Amino acid sequence: MIKIDKHHGIVMPLDRHNVDTDAIIPKQFLKSIKRSGFGHNLFDEWRYHDHGEPGMDPASRKKNPDFVLNQPRYEGASILLGRHNFGCGSSREHAVWALIDHGFRVVIAPSFADIFYNNARKNGLLCIVLDEDLVDLLFREVTQNPGYRILVDLPTQQIVLPNRHTIAFDIDPFHKECHIRGLDDIGLTLEHATEIRAFEEKRRQTAPWLFNN
Amino acid sequence: MSGKTLYDKLWDAHLVRQDEGGMALIYIDRHLIHEVTSPQAFEGLRLAGRKPWRTDSILAVPDHNVPTTDRSLGISDPVSRLQVETLDQNCAELGITEFLMNDPRQGIVHVIGPEQGATLPGMTVVCGDSHTSTHGAFGALAFGIGTSDVEHVLATQCLILKKSGNLEIRVDGQLAPGVSAKDVVLAIIGKIGTAGGTGFAIEFSGSTLRSLSMEGRMTVCNMAIEAGARSGMVAVDDTTINYLAGRPYAPKGELWDLAIKSWKALHSDPDASFDRSVSLDASTIPPQVTWGTSPEMVVSIDQVVPDPDNETDSVKREGMRKALAYMDLKPGTPITDIRPDHVFIGSCTNARIEDLRAAAAAIRGRKIARGIKQALVVPGSGLVKRQAEAEGLDKIFTDAGFEWREPGCSMCLAMNADRLAPGDRCASTSNRNFEGRQGQGGRTHLVSPAMAAAAAVTGHFTDTRREQA
Ligand code: SF4
Repeated sequence: MIKIDKHHGIVMPLDRHNVDTDAIIPKQFLKSIKRSGFGHNLFDEWRYHDHGEPGMDPASRKKNPDFVLNQPRYEGASILLGRHNFGCGSSREHAVWALIDHGFRVVIAPSFADIFYNNARKNGLLCIVLDEDLVDLLFREVTQNPGYRILVDLPTQQIVLPNRHTIAFDIDPFHKECHIRGLDDIGLTLEHATEIRAFEEKRRQTAPWLFNN
Repeated sequence: MSGKTLYDKLWDAHLVRQDEGGMALIYIDRHLIHEVTSPQAFEGLRLAGRKPWRTDSILAVPDHNVPTTDRSLGISDPVSRLQVETLDQNCAELGITEFLMNDPRQGIVHVIGPEQGATLPGMTVVCGDSHTSTHGAFGALAFGIGTSDVEHVLATQCLILKKSGNLEIRVDGQLAPGVSAKDVVLAIIGKIGTAGGTGFAIEFSGSTLRSLSMEGRMTVCNMAIEAGARSGMVAVDDTTINYLAGRPYAPKGELWDLAIKSWKALHSDPDASFDRSVSLDASTIPPQVTWGTSPEMVVSIDQVVPDPDNETDSVKREGMRKALAYMDLKPGTPITDIRPDHVFIGSCTNARIEDLRAAAAAIRGRKIARGIKQALVVPGSGLVKRQAEAEGLDKIFTDAGFEWREPGCSMCLAMNADRLAPGDRCASTSNRNFEGRQGQGGRTHLVSPAMAAAAAVTGHFTDTRREQA
């Protein structure tokens, strides 16, 4: 997974509640058996006027100039600012892969759907939960100031605004460490293989019908 | 000390270890796999030189991407075909049980798990699909995971989790005739919102839940995720046990007796405390219809499309406006004036035998209305299809003008050829009405099977309570 500790980048606002993973990456792109190449189809139905299918050349597509992702002022944005329940719906990790593939490294929102949050962490996309009024403040700042950039400082758990003001945020210490060190969960878990085996043996004794096929 | 909730018990029974920060390793008993969210997980495993920890815990089936028309010639879309073949190859190579596309037991993963008795009370059940919450109907801890976690479970038989809060949703009272489990869960989502259950495990309880069949309980748990909760569950009772008796993967003989003894403890203790409780009176729940692009945008059949101007929260108001524009609806329109041109009866929410019976009962001897361009019935599994055919339900549907299809996810997510065209309006028994979910530009109204069927024959949304009377 991608490591992240300090990240300075342009913020792109997406002013909607309940942005679902179907909107982040529509189903026709889930037929791929790879983890990469989803970036051009991030927010496909909002971003283009024509209907997208896998394998289409993005240069030939009809862009929707009103959608934030196509506005020059947000070009190169790597921090996505969202609203409540971001990433709800389908468990498709392709949504996270698409955001990362496009270049996003951080998503800030007042709340995230559980599965999305977890998928994001597994891939090194940092999700930051902030109080609604702070999110409102960021929305105001970013819409009023073209090229608005912020610094996300994960080790100190702060967001530094261009005017030097800082916003503190909370994050689970385990999640923080995974992000900073780029840790692989499977490797971590396998360090406890003996414990897992012992647990499994006990379970085989107490619930033998679960080991019956 | 206060007692434990069902969720507490399931959690404790699977806890391998826990660190000071509260991160826990949870052992997984059953891993269900399908073609869309597994290829990258298998690839990751291979690249790391790892082997599956316990292949006998896995059951695989292709469902999301399979055609629902004649399958004898295979899948014509090469990209979809590659994905299904990749699943077949991975399973064959690693010795994983898979119901192949043409196996009569094939079907939607959340329909076949319970149908086979592969989902049992007291289990942890995971699948790379958010509607895994369905299996919680059996007193199991079941939740959806992403592809990295599919790989994690393959490699370690465990998941790294943090415990959720306990949310009790109590539904008491008797449902009116023509009102079903789907209406109950839509009413719940309408009440608590699509993020109302975020961070919680939901236990659905109360006399209404107790009186529901397993099919009905599965419908309710299925949509826990639409209420924001990764898992929903119902305590074990005789209904659960009777449903499982004799199923192919359920224990037999002495093991069955032993299992039942342990399953009987799978309920919340009377003195258990929940972090939050919500209650609903079932007798006042009318049939529900969604009008917008999120499952929480739902009203009763006897209401009208709401007016954004009455919403005080500005982001919500804007969201309502966008939804109304997308759905091409005007505030104040009676729900019964909305005329769908497509009807979809299917999905892991409502494609079990009881759902097909309810829909068939609403159309028996009638024809689909003139304005309906397409009406599909997609049974949840090959076995549901067979059962329905044995009961003559297929005949009722085809006589009315419905198409009778092969099992799969179909128009629930429109990954295969079954999809809406831009502007189409669909009465659907599925679980998501997101923009484009059933096809780009398609408009989805979520309803129960009886409501979808009634809309098919009358041409507009119709109160199934009246149809019954
Ligand atoms: S039927 Fe729909 S919701 Fe259920 S598993 Fe298939 S795609 Fe997902």
